[in-house]
Amino acid sequence: MRHQAIVKTIQLGLRSLWLHKLRSCLTMLGLIFGVGSVVTMLAVGEGASQQAIDKIRKLGATNIIISTEVPKAKQKGRIRMKIFGLTNKDFESIAQTCDRVRHLIPARIINTQSMSKNRLKDIRLIGTKANYFQLIDQPLLTGRTLLDFDLEQRAQVCVISEKIARELLNNSHTIGQEILLKDQYFKVVGIIQSAEQTDQNSFTQPTDVIIPISTMKTLFGDSAIENKGGSTTWEKVELHKIYAQTYSTEDVEQTAKAIETIIEDNHPDKDFNISVPLALLKQTMETRRMFNIVLGAIAGISLLVGGIGIMNIMLANVTERVREIGIRRAIGAKKIHIVGQFLIETVVLSVLGGLIGILCGISLPAIITYFTEMPTLITSGSIILAFGISASIGILFGLYPAYRAASLDPIKALRNE
Amino acid sequence: MKPVIQIQDVCKTYFMGENKVDALKNVSMDFCEGEFWALLGPSGSGKSTLLNMMGCLDSPTSGTCLIDGIDVSTMNDNQLSDLRLSRLGFIFQSFNLIQQLTVAENITLPLFYQGWTEKESQERAIELASLVELEHRTDHLPKELSGGQQQRVAIARALANNPSIILADEPTGALDTKTGDQIMALLTDLNKQGITIIMVTHEPEVADFASHKLHMRDGIIEKIERPECAIKL
Repeated sequence: MRHQAIVKTIQLGLRSLWLHKLRSCLTMLGLIFGVGSVVTMLAVGEGASQQAIDKIRKLGATNIIISTEVPKAKQKGRIRMKIFGLTNKDFESIAQTCDRVRHLIPARIINTQSMSKNRLKDIRLIGTKANYFQLIDQPLLTGRTLLDFDLEQRAQVCVISEKIARELLNNSHTIGQEILLKDQYFKVVGIIQSAEQTDQNSFTQPTDVIIPISTMKTLFGDSAIENKGGSTTWEKVELHKIYAQTYSTEDVEQTAKAIETIIEDNHPDKDFNISVPLALLKQTMETRRMFNIVLGAIAGISLLVGGIGIMNIMLANVTERVREIGIRRAIGAKKIHIVGQFLIETVVLSVLGGLIGILCGISLPAIITYFTEMPTLITSGSIILAFGISASIGILFGLYPAYRAASLDPIKALRNE
Repeated sequence: MKPVIQIQDVCKTYFMGENKVDALKNVSMDFCEGEFWALLGPSGSGKSTLLNMMGCLDSPTSGTCLIDGIDVSTMNDNQLSDLRLSRLGFIFQSFNLIQQLTVAENITLPLFYQGWTEKESQERAIELASLVELEHRTDHLPKELSGGQQQRVAIARALANNPSIILADEPTGALDTKTGDQIMALLTDLNKQGITIIMVTHEPEVADFASHKLHMRDGIIEKIERPECAIKL
């Protein structure tokens, strides 16, 4: 059929749908729900995975995080004195062996309290080296970061986050003031942007206070004494974290393996853990792919149901219009004309349903985000997919009714009352 | 006169449930250009079957049916459709207009299948509508018209493709006498313009409008009446 004939047939199709408004609407409902839920589910899924990927990306795709863990053997029992964790020796071995590491940063972490002008605040004290600031994604707001000089001098200086500054320094964002960390005074030399509050295991926390690791060792030592339930435990940990940043993402996996091999021998207790954000990212991608497959299967079923609904109505439509088919055939319409007519009507019905479904699918995620604060993301891909699916459903489920209509015997069709 | 439709020794047998029905028994007949035929006979005499066969809607069980000298049994479905589209016009007892289409759209339906442009069809629709005196009703739907008006729309539709043969199945069957006479006058007019008309009817008064009459009974031709003489078979 020519272009003009198709346009005319679409017009007539719309008119015949308009003639049976209620029936057309009910038929389209199946597809509206199907397509709407596909777009919505994809938006929710996409939003969730984007959030996860963002979080992992914050950890850095080229980073390897080696953490101290309390060894299983020392978690229980009556041992009061615990010595475990990463050591400066591990740090040196990694530094000497791995050539693909750009930055290697040690960190000691002490959860403690800080006081300034009679305000008390829980903080996380991080003792580290100057290049720590190249690892984190928190721009400097004022002052300076730690320098190698501070480490050499074991200077009592600290860099604090903007949140801590606001709460401890009485809203005056000025450097040069002194705050009490644990039991020592430190001079604030820089303020960095606060880390986003995510969860406990996050790489950076909003309450971070960063001081030179050498100063920390000198002033606070290697050990932590804890009083719990009347008994005192004594923990000695040299380093809580070692951050290794490689030159590129291709080096990550190999370097992580190498690091494990290097420090494994020193730690028969397995009191460390290596986490690779890139591997997590890959795993998340894989999970997301699986999620999408499951989603696709569910959506496929709902669309199949919608399609069957359309086929059912179109078969009824053909039965109802047998006489019209007979008239058209008597006048000289070929079978292909009849097939085209009914196929186009079905496609018009399904595409219309699909378009309304897409509108629902676009507005629903916005409502979801508004009320539940769950992130949603509508991709153009999901809309194109939904539209394509609804059009193909029209063709697929319209073929049989159209074929039935075309293969009617014209005489019998004309006699039909 | 040149024969346009030639029926040669045609039999038509079909089954209604278990019963075998011989609708046509060895019928042979020539219909010539410009003639106006009335096929008469009681119901079940085979006149409608004969008309459907000439309209390429039905095929004979045996024998041949030639239109313009071409055996229709050698044609495929598409060729038969093309033949109907280019040479034949149908008029039915129950008008058979498509209800959701306007008068103009019904009239130009054959042109739609012939691939006319929208503009050309519009012009032709007005031309045909004024021929049947319905030019003021082109935007109406069939249900808004009276029976006589609907039948006139059907005639306009049958004329849209400039057919050389019009096949009419009881064109006045659903109309009162007065309206029926108007329709018959219109058909007579068309015949005078050279269109061959073959009409099925069971009313002798209607048949009187025709120049030729063919009486059928039980699937055979009983009597042929031509203007010059009546041949008794």
